[in-house]
Amino acid sequence: MLKALSPAQDTSTRQAVIAVLVENEAGVLARVIGLFSGRGYNIDSLTVAPVDDEKQLSRITIVTSGTAMVIEQIKAQLDRLVPVHKVADLTMEGPHIARELALIKVAGTGEKRVEALRIADAFRARVVDATTESFVFEMTGATDKLDAFVALMRPLGLVEVSRTGIVAIARGPKGIDG
Amino acid sequence: MTSTETLSGAEIVLRALKDQGVDVIFGYPGGAVLPIYDALFQQNAIRHILVRHEQAAVHAAEGYARSTGKVGVVLVTSGPGATNTVTGLVDALMDSIPVVCLTGQVPTHLIGNDAFQEADTTGITRPATKHNYLVKDVNALGRILHEAFYVARSGRPGPVVVDLPKDVLISRGVYQGMPATPHRSYRPVVDPDPHAIAQAVRILKSAKRPIVYAGGGVINSGPEASRLLTEFVHLTGFPCTNTLMGLGAFPGSDPQFLGMLGMHGTYEANLAMHGCDAMLNIGARFDDRVTGRLRDFSPHSLKIHADIDPSSINKNVRVDCAIVGDATRVLAALIAAWKADPTKPDTGALAAWWKQIDLWRSRDCLRYRQDASPKAVIKPQHAIKRLYEIARETGRDVFITTEVGQHQMWAAQFWKFERPNRWLTSGGLGTMGYGLPAAIGAQIAHPEALVIDIAGEASILMNIQEMSTLAQYRLPVKVFILNNEYMGMVRQWQELLHGGRYSESYSAALPDFVKLAESFHAVGLRAKSLGDLDGVIREMLAVDRAVIADICVDKHENCFPMIPSGAAHNEMILGPEDEAPSGAAQPGVTEEGMVLV
Ligand SMILES: Cc1cc2nc3c(=O)[nH]c(=O)nc-3n(C[C@H](O)[C@H](O)[C@H](O)COP(=O)(O)OP(=O)(O)OC[C@H]3O[C@@H](n4cnc5c(N)ncnc54)[C@H](O)[C@@H]3O)c2cc1C
Ligand SMILES: Cc1ncc(C[n+]2csc(CCOP(=O)(O)OP(=O)(O)O)c2C)c(N)n1
Ligand SMILES: [Mg+2]
Repeated sequence: MLKALSPAQDTSTRQAVIAVLVENEAGVLARVIGLFSGRGYNIDSLTVAPVDDEKQLSRITIVTSGTAMVIEQIKAQLDRLVPVHKVADLTMEGPHIARELALIKVAGTGEKRVEALRIADAFRARVVDATTESFVFEMTGATDKLDAFVALMRPLGLVEVSRTGIVAIARGPKGIDG
Repeated sequence: MTSTETLSGAEIVLRALKDQGVDVIFGYPGGAVLPIYDALFQQNAIRHILVRHEQAAVHAAEGYARSTGKVGVVLVTSGPGATNTVTGLVDALMDSIPVVCLTGQVPTHLIGNDAFQEADTTGITRPATKHNYLVKDVNALGRILHEAFYVARSGRPGPVVVDLPKDVLISRGVYQGMPATPHRSYRPVVDPDPHAIAQAVRILKSAKRPIVYAGGGVINSGPEASRLLTEFVHLTGFPCTNTLMGLGAFPGSDPQFLGMLGMHGTYEANLAMHGCDAMLNIGARFDDRVTGRLRDFSPHSLKIHADIDPSSINKNVRVDCAIVGDATRVLAALIAAWKADPTKPDTGALAAWWKQIDLWRSRDCLRYRQDASPKAVIKPQHAIKRLYEIARETGRDVFITTEVGQHQMWAAQFWKFERPNRWLTSGGLGTMGYGLPAAIGAQIAHPEALVIDIAGEASILMNIQEMSTLAQYRLPVKVFILNNEYMGMVRQWQELLHGGRYSESYSAALPDFVKLAESFHAVGLRAKSLGDLDGVIREMLAVDRAVIADICVDKHENCFPMIPSGAAHNEMILGPEDEAPSGAAQPGVTEEGMVLV
């Protein structure tokens, strides 16, 4: 038989990567963001783009954190929004791949410039713009890899960083809707 | 419908309303919606009730919806018309009331230009509604309106705004009728998972101290749910308590009814919730007014929660068995599974549990002392009790609405609702000014019924202009004011929590309610002392006109029992009449509790 749950609630927090398939219509992003701000949930990162022109669907990837109860609430709250088709907690539903793209501008000359290029090569960052005193690197990867690269660039003349935030997908043959 | 006949946007609006079975709408005109008013003028199928403030239009639609189970419809203009609806919309959102609110908007090409009477209505009402739409294409109008009704009434009901730019109302397009296919993305689960039902029955069959805690969701589900709830409670022999929003879901005079639970609930209901070992929550949302201090809420029970909205489950209270589904279907499934399961419940334990409950009941927690002399000051509880008794003698179908405050709680404690949809009150938002317009909606829906707004003298002033609506439509609504010359609920908190410093809670400069009634073409009555009370009530019920009855009641009466915010169920404060075994400490309010409302 079941044992009554302890009223003392689990307060440990975890991070969750949530994929949301939504109707591609005006206002849908405002609804999602309004839900998070209105209910005091964290947004660590959020990305959105159309993914199916024929069915008029967009996909939002949200990285958030909270207690198990809060994450469960977030999913239920997202799911009850009228234009939401599907909510998937990629963190819970088996292994997934999460990637970010960053554009990183580094300016400098001489020894530092050479060093930046050498490190970029080791990280498989691509040079997508170059002048005699600067580079723009393009890099795709897991968040911590990007973080590490940006940290290494800092003393070498880092000017600015632009990042997409995480996009994610489950491993294996099954789709989000299946 | 695949006609290529074109209609104006305004005609499409009325056509869609008619196809949805709408026969009455509550509204207030203005420039942006004049095309709809023009189309209304040229037809007879839909009746328009002109309120005196747009907030009241929404509350009237709520009253109509809650008393009929149908969707309430509102029509207002752009800008101030739309912004005036916001309180009503949030009220409907919090209490799960299906409302479709049509708002005018400036023409599409002016949107964003700070045009005259422009407001970002969809932006403002996004968190105030279940969903909202801005219609930009007249050919989409029919489809969107039908979707709005579907969303308002499906799953957990709520308010939906459809914002209508004036050019869309004027231009011509093709009307799309009721959709034949299900909604693309919004399809709430209504049938419960049989495994969850089986698990729930296992928990309930082995319970020794069970309780059924039923809420507004049972009312939302329709009268069949209330019938099934009653059947289930009788079948099991369990005690049953209702939330404020659930009153009427289970018959108030049934011996298995423990009364309302929560902050101003009964001693027996709250102690039974605290002491139970199995709880079936059906259509209630573990509101903070009900749970009190969460970590001490019903600490030893296995909890089953049945709700149509998965986000209500495990929101405040972790439960052991979650059932997602419509209350009617859940109850039907529970009854079938209970009967099919061969396990015998522990009747000995249940009898002992009832013995304990009867002991709590014998505390008679709602007791008050009414001095019997005709000159005596009227106790507010007594006024409601007499109103209840005399109204019952009439044998009429009675609908009670309330404002917000002590009078609302006393009404909840002393009125016994035998059927659903007869109790209309603002629970989640607690909106003063709700009761009079809600009574308008109920009276419009039930012209033959007796509709009474149990009011406070402060609240009633918040939508008093609706007396004019009563006069225009000859609605015989009775406004029964428990006039204690205080914002009594505020005064009570100040007395108990703020050292008796009655900051701004005195109702100064009150109008003469009798004259006020007369100036609004209604009947004004006053009871100054006990000797007047019955006569005033009888006269109020006898006249076939709108009445304001100004009942002068004890200014210092407090509403008990009371669980102070942040306290647990077993830390209830009982009234001065209670002969508690001395030494039973009345709890103080913790600092943690002080920050709560
Ligand atoms: C001054 C004041 C004092 C108050 N004191 C108390 C008090 O002492 N006790 C008290 O109980 N309340 C009190 N309230 C009211 C309180 O604030 C809440 O409004 C109330 O407790 C909520 O009732 P509920 O849990 O039944 O939920 P509701 O707000 O009625 O919500 C209904 C629930 O049922 C679900 N539902 C909807 N439709 C269906 C369906 N078809 N099938 C299944 N589920 C469905 C919804 O998803 C939701 O979870 C007070 C309010 C005020 C203003
Ligand atoms: C619109 C609104 N403003 C403020 C409040 C806070 N409030 C709750 S009860 C109350 C006093 C109500 O006084 P009255 O109508 O006289 O009722 P009583 O408590 O005296 O019965 C107030 C101000 C509210 N609920 N709604
Ligand atoms: Mg008062």
